[in-house]
Amino acid sequence: MSTLAIDKAGPSRKVKYGSMSRDRTWALRWSYFFLVLFAIFFLTPPVYMLITSLKSSAEISAATNPWWVFHPTLSNYVELLTSNQFLRFFWNSSVVAIAVVIITMLISIPAAFALARMKFWGSATLATGVFLTYLIPDSLLFIPLFKMLAVFQDYTGITLLNRWYVLLFIYPTLTVPFCTWIMIGYFASIPKELDEAALIDGASWLQTLTRIFIPVALPGLIAATIFAFTVSWAQFLYPLVFTTSVDQFVLPVGITTTLIKGDVFNWGQIMTGALLGAAPPLVIYAFLMDYYIAGLTAGATKG
Amino acid sequence: MADVVVERGRVARAAGARKGTSLRNALGRKSTVAFFLTLPLILLIILLVLYPAFYSVYLATLNKAMTKFVGFGNFTFLFKRETFWMVVQQSCIFAITAVIFKALIGFIVAHFVHNIPAKGQRKWRGMLLVPWVIPPAMSTLAWLWLFDPSYSAFNYTLSFFGVGPIPWLGDTFWARFSVILVNVWYGAPFFMIMYLAALKSVPDQLYEAAAIDGANWWQRIWYVTLPMMRNIIAITTLFSLIVTFANFDIVRILTSGGPLDTTHLFATWAFQVGIQSNDIPLGACVSLFMVPILAVAAIFILRDVSKRGNEA
Repeated sequence: MSTLAIDKAGPSRKVKYGSMSRDRTWALRWSYFFLVLFAIFFLTPPVYMLITSLKSSAEISAATNPWWVFHPTLSNYVELLTSNQFLRFFWNSSVVAIAVVIITMLISIPAAFALARMKFWGSATLATGVFLTYLIPDSLLFIPLFKMLAVFQDYTGITLLNRWYVLLFIYPTLTVPFCTWIMIGYFASIPKELDEAALIDGASWLQTLTRIFIPVALPGLIAATIFAFTVSWAQFLYPLVFTTSVDQFVLPVGITTTLIKGDVFNWGQIMTGALLGAAPPLVIYAFLMDYYIAGLTAGATKG
Repeated sequence: MADVVVERGRVARAAGARKGTSLRNALGRKSTVAFFLTLPLILLIILLVLYPAFYSVYLATLNKAMTKFVGFGNFTFLFKRETFWMVVQQSCIFAITAVIFKALIGFIVAHFVHNIPAKGQRKWRGMLLVPWVIPPAMSTLAWLWLFDPSYSAFNYTLSFFGVGPIPWLGDTFWARFSVILVNVWYGAPFFMIMYLAALKSVPDQLYEAAAIDGANWWQRIWYVTLPMMRNIIAITTLFSLIVTFANFDIVRILTSGGPLDTTHLFATWAFQVGIQSNDIPLGACVSLFMVPILAVAAIFILRDVSKRGNEA
């Protein structure tokens, strides 16, 4: 009798268990199915860039299947990488982005340290102000900044408009607030005991910053650096407004204005240029993905 | 400025006299040090953000040659122009539609990524974030090429299904659709990453408790996931609303505002009026119209962010 009861209970429980795991398998299959769909949607433009960059002009204008390369060629890459103009854009972009990263770090690390650790008159207001500044978009400021630079030139005779180095003054307005904000979060999460110990050992504020805070908050520092670099690399509006000569252009402006000549779109070269322009952020992302994502989410989850 | 210099001198003297060990001394030195550490930041914000912001209000009250004060002349001029109202309308359509779709797609994709085994999540997450990593000016060029009137790869594919050819950028409806599509493509991964981080922070016990109470998947999302993620959703959405409303790159490269100015946003129209047509006061005036909506969104973000800070 009792064995029978157990026999009855056994299969029924097993069936239920099986159906649950079958539900899970189906949920998993559906998840993968939709993820593949979304991945296709998200990756089509970059993949299409690559496809087009491997085609010759003749193949592009022949109306063959656009999704396939029949005669792959590297001529677009060779042509761009040997063109002085394109290398000039790349050089300008690199110098601007690297210099902006350094300037940003020099401004935002000390400021974040002071705001996170030294309570002084107005420090809370300043921290809020920094966050608000981050929310002011570039499209609100480009016109007054343009006029300011023109007026500045009239008064002092120093030409800043149409020089690539003007961007070194302007880009920090985009990078410094966010970097300061996330560095405040990282610095504030360091235990107070650490800097107290340093203080007792006779370290000055500056030594506390360089010997304790910077090494401990290194992941945050890397995230901030990546942010500053990608923002200055991708910025399009400011260089479009502030530079007009071809030799002063950075990559995004250079590609959109010089490779499109009148109505003639040399798509093979445009796509190659765009892909090469997208390469540095993509490479950084591929190698430092975790820091990149930490920086992205830090803005809302820290502080 | 003078105050600070005096104080610094005092501190230095005191430090020299008594080797600076008293509490008052340390405090004095601390605030001085703090001031100098934050000085570059303060200067940057005042000179290159606050000053231009107020300067643009001043510019907006000048005439085109910037020789005469015209008060609200530019504003009343804008109110009489049909294009201006079209820009207002399109900016709102663009920002609201794009943010809604970004939030929805981001939420759905984040759920799917969260669903699959933890081993593969990193790979998928890495792949799905690519649109956010590529500089928008570059990826928009790829879209421009995909939308090309004669060689559009989309139209080529659609022709197999007997659809098209669709004038992606040539027709008002499709041009508006296209700029929103590209913006959603660019921004949805950001939502995905934020939501994924939020999903991971929801404790498993809550789902177990809900499952024991007999909640189905919809109830689990509605009564557990969404309330736990409310703050992140609010911050991300408001932040994205600001960025989308102020968007420039995508519309500038895809359509430059055309056809017939129907896809212009505040930023692109301000650029066309202020820089290309050289009417700086009118351009400043146009971009100032972004301020009210930005301010409202900023206030709400600030409230949510500080609320979060208090909880922690």
